[in-house]
Formats: sequence, C-alpha cells, structure tokens
Amino acid sequence: MSSPKTLYDKIWDAHVAHEAEDGTCLLYIDRHLVHEVTSPQAFEGLRMAGRPVRAPEKTIAVPDHNVPTTAGRNDPKNMTEDSAIQVAALDKNAKDFGINYYPVSDVRQGIVHIVGPEQGWTLPGMTVVCGDSHTATHGAFGALAHGIGTSEVEHVLATQTLIQKKSKNMKVEITGKLRPGVTAKDITLSVIGETGTAGGTGYVIEYCGEAIRDLSMEGRMTVCNMAIEGGARAGLIAPDEKTFEYCMGRPHAPKGAAWEAAVAYWKTLFTDEGAHFDKVITIKGEDIAPVVTWGTSPEDVLPITATVPAASDFEGGKVEAAQRSLDYMGLEPGTPLSEIEIDTVFIGSCTNGRIEDLRAAAEVVKGKKISVKRAMVVPGSGLVRAQAEEEGLADIFRDAGFEWRLAGCSMCLAMNPDQLSEGERCASTSNRNFEGRQGYKGRTHLVSPGMAAAAAVTGKLTDVRELM
Amino acid sequence: MEKFETLTGIAAPMPLVNIDTDMIIPKQFLKTIKRSGLGVNLFDEMRFDRQGNEIPDFVLNKPQYRETEILVAGDNFGCGSSREHAPWAIKDFGIRCVISTSFADIFYNNCFKNGILPIVLPKEAVDVLMKDAEKGSNARMTVDLEAQTVTSSDGEVFSFEVDSFKKRCLIEGLDDIGLTMEKASSIDSFEAKASAERPWV
Ligand code: SF4
Repeated sequence: MSSPKTLYDKIWDAHVAHEAEDGTCLLYIDRHLVHEVTSPQAFEGLRMAGRPVRAPEKTIAVPDHNVPTTAGRNDPKNMTEDSAIQVAALDKNAKDFGINYYPVSDVRQGIVHIVGPEQGWTLPGMTVVCGDSHTATHGAFGALAHGIGTSEVEHVLATQTLIQKKSKNMKVEITGKLRPGVTAKDITLSVIGETGTAGGTGYVIEYCGEAIRDLSMEGRMTVCNMAIEGGARAGLIAPDEKTFEYCMGRPHAPKGAAWEAAVAYWKTLFTDEGAHFDKVITIKGEDIAPVVTWGTSPEDVLPITATVPAASDFEGGKVEAAQRSLDYMGLEPGTPLSEIEIDTVFIGSCTNGRIEDLRAAAEVVKGKKISVKRAMVVPGSGLVRAQAEEEGLADIFRDAGFEWRLAGCSMCLAMNPDQLSEGERCASTSNRNFEGRQGYKGRTHLVSPGMAAAAAVTGKLTDVRELM
Repeated sequence: MEKFETLTGIAAPMPLVNIDTDMIIPKQFLKTIKRSGLGVNLFDEMRFDRQGNEIPDFVLNKPQYRETEILVAGDNFGCGSSREHAPWAIKDFGIRCVISTSFADIFYNNCFKNGILPIVLPKEAVDVLMKDAEKGSNARMTVDLEAQTVTSSDGEVFSFEVDSFKKRCLIEGLDDIGLTMEKASSIDSFEAKASAERPWV
C-alpha cells in the first residue's frame, strides 16, 4: 500500500508533467484565468517570440480590475485613457490568440475569481492559475490554485505548465460550530491574526474541520481567498456533496456520463487518514468572534469588542510597523473599536462579492437607512447582480441609500474611479487594508458583509450581533 | 534575461516589516502595458508627496542612497499582490538584490524572472547587514551568487541558500520558457494521458 497522502499531495502528483533531479517540476495547468492588468506584457512576449497559446480552450479571460462600475462603461470614453488601453489590449489579445473571453459588455463579466467558478471552469482536482494572488479562491473546490506573476503567465500561455517545487503541507482545522453572527470572513481573518501574514509562507494550507464543512461554497471561497494574506500560496478544501451540487449544471462542468466519471474521481480527493502535515493549527469555531482590522496589515485583527492597541503591545520590527499603522489610520490606542466612525462602506470584491454575501448584508440593512457619507454594493459578477435584483436585494440596498453598481473589482483596489479620498475611513468587505490600497491615504477596516452593513446603518464600526 | 553573477554596491536599509506590493508600486502605475520605466514610481507614496516633491526623509531620497543597488529590508518583504510591476520597478530603479529574513512567495519567484536576487538570511545576519547599510554610501556590500555569500563592508561573510535551478537561470541569464519548451514531449505525453484519465478537464 502506498503511504497516506494529503489532498495537496494527490492533486500535485496528478499534475507533474516532468520532474528534474533536483525536484523542480513542470506542473501541468488545467485552467488559466487572465485579466487585463497582469497579462499585456505576457501576450506581448508571445508575439515577440512568435509563440501561440498552447491550450487556448483552457484559457479564460475577463477584464475586471480597471472597468468602471457605473452605467455607460461599454464606451471606452467613460474609462481613463490608460484603463481603456489595458481593456482594449485584452480584447485584442483574446481575439488574436483565440481564448475564451467575457468582455465588459457581457452579462457574465465580473471579477475573474467569481466568474471562473460561476461558469464551471473551476472544478475539483484541477490546477488553476491566474496572474493574481487571490487565485487561492478556487481552492474552495479542492483545486490547487496559485497566483502567479506576469512572466509565469507568459510561461503558462506558452507551455501550459508552471515551473514549481512542492510546498509544505499545513492543516488549519476549525473545530465545532460558529456562533451566530460569525462568518467565513471572520474565520479567515482570525486565522491570519493567529499565524501572521508570513505564517503560511512556503505552505499550501488545507482548511478542514466541522466549521469549514458547514460553510456554503461561497463561504469556503471567502476562506480560501485570503489564504494569500496569510502568506500561503494556495488554500484547499476537500470537495464534498456541496461542491458537486454547486458545480452541477454549470456551463463548463461535465454532463452525463462524463459528470458521473468526474464525481467518482472527485470523491477520491481527500486527505488520507494518517497523512503527514508539516504544521497544524487548530482553532475552536466557538472562539471566533466577529472581527475587524485596526491597522494596515491583514494580521492586525481584533474582535469588534476590543480596543485599539498601542505600538508597545508588540515586539521587534512590529513595534515600528504598528506605530506607522496607528498614525496612518488616525487611531488612538485604547479607543473601543465600536466607537470608530466610518465615512464609507464598500461591499464587494472576490472575497465577499457573491450572492450569499449580498444576502447577509441585505438582511442587516433591510428597512433601515445608511448613516455614512456613501455606501456601495458592487456585485462580483453580472450574474450575481442579476440574481440579487431578482431576489429583491437590490431594492433593499437602494432604499437604504446604497449605490447599486455594476460588476468589477472597484474599490477593492481602486484602479477604477471608485476610490477613497485622503483620510476617508472605510468599512470594506475586501481583503487588503494596505496603505493606499483603496485610494491615496484612504483608511480601510476589513470586515464581513454583515459587519459592513451594520457599519453603514450606524455610521460606526458595529458588532453585527447587536442588529440581529 | 540579464545575468546576475556578482554585485558590489550601496545597500539601503528599510527595516519596516511587511513592506507590501502596494507600497512598492501603487496601483495607479499598473496601467502600463510595458515592463520598463517603472523605476521613477518605485515606493511612490513613501518617496513623493502629492505634488510630486521628494520626501527628504525617505531613504532612497537621501544623497547617500540615490545609487542604491541592494535593499536590506524587514521581514516578509513583497507581501500582497502578484504584480510583477513590483520587481520591474525595483530593477528599473537599479536595485538588483533584496535581503530579508523572509519574502512573500510570489514576489520571491517574480524576482528571479527579472534578474533580481532575493536573499533570505537569518535574523541575526540581517540585523548585521541592516547596521552596515545604515553607514551609507561608504559601506559597499558584495553579493556573490556563485559562492552564495554576502560580504558586509567590514568583510563579514554570510552564506545563503538558493534553489539550484533558480541559481543557474540567474547566473546564465536563461529564458525559462525556452528551457521548458525543450521538454515539450513530456508535456505532450502528460496531456495525452491526463485527457484520457480526466476527459472533462
Ligand atoms: S476583487 Fe480585489 S482582490 Fe479580488 S481580484 Fe479584484 S482587485 Fe484583486
């Protein structure tokens, strides 16, 4: 009998196309997702070398980072000139190289990590890459999903492989049940709070345990999405009935006999009893509270019931970083987090821009009015947007005073016109609170959709449980 | 790709931990469709005020660090996004080597694809080199990739580890797409086998 394997080991082994003596492997890539920001130089490289895309049928492109989320965006005149150039470059590259494409005008357009699963491109057991660090999202399906740089994008376009060495295995187990008001976002932020932003470096994380099993596919995607914020290149969750149910009937999922064969294979994708992990972290589900970030690193996580820390609470290089964060965020140590006033609320991104996220936010907002300067909902894809309209969520948001936008990355990284101004403070469902991330000198507090909605209603960071 | 063999140059100290890719190259500079010309935007928001004036306190603006070729940085350098614009900007500025206790994975990989050598050393060694870098332009460090050593301006030598494949590509300036293409037959046979086993992919 062969030795027990982890889920990561199994997917890895099934994709090694070549192994050199020093362990450097060519990992075969099943799905290559592409967006407009990290791909132009890669396609240019192909052109210059006269190389085709090796597997255009496995390559899927969608513009998301730059696109405006307001009406009239099909007209390039409504984009800044440089954004329009990047989007036009993707239009042209998709056409010239014959890859699958969802242009801005297509209702299926949206954030690449939302479109992939939604269209059934992402399936269990696959290797998925994208020139984007949040590719980790697709790990929720039990797919090995890596973010890569532009040179690697070019490498995958040309060869359908990635040069890789195997990472170490880490298990993150969330035991038991979550308490009411606690969500997938709180899990993933709490894990980063525990391990730090470099804790996962060199590892592929497998998330498991009852609290993970209990999550919907949307929630699992939220958890894996932020594996990268913990330093891990990929996060994984073993596929189960929920996964199969989510995939079934999607446009690019297998059908009929192929579906049966696929499911039979997918059922073998789990970590064997006794398989070795290099590192194990266990967190009790009931110990996780609704959390917010106070600083400018995703590891700066505290329960909403806590107070702003002082730089002296930290050690080593983190003292200077914490002081810098406090200055940047304009926060006084000792202030209760729930007294921090919010100017803007952003609900969206590949972390929390799916239908379930919008439902959770709408539930809190329903029948209430916002008391922040501005609040926006940016659905993760055109299809999420359509579904939310059908379910009446859009009306709930609009009635409360939210802007109801078109799909894209939007204020998650503010490459389009949706930006914070200097000093503006935002409760955001996105994944990064770095300096300047949402706009020059903008201040970001990362939260779950329910917490963002609660902040919109009260005008302060708020414990969502008080509104439930 | 430009080769990297040895480098002797000015090292700048950036002790801040978790220097992320948004700090290295803010998103407004990602809208380019070229790889070159990003050096002027490196560390933009730390380096310039909104009017475009230099912030004199920032290390790379100080006269003694204008010709920096080596960066000694705090833990977890390059965390955040996959943007290769970060190493492009670093390289375009003239920096060929970054030394830290740890790097974010994707950034680390991206460096090698662009002729930049990221060096991981234990904390004690980075502390010594950080102090050395603080001496300014009189203190020149030497990095020798073949020997896998960093030598401080005082002659103290630190050895580092580096993946043998990555090392060879950097020293010889190899194009790894070309290298992979030489293994096309392995990829072909893998593809045939995989599509028989998993036809739905
Ligand atoms: S939503 Fe944000 S994190 Fe996700 S792909 Fe877009 S910019 Fe990146």
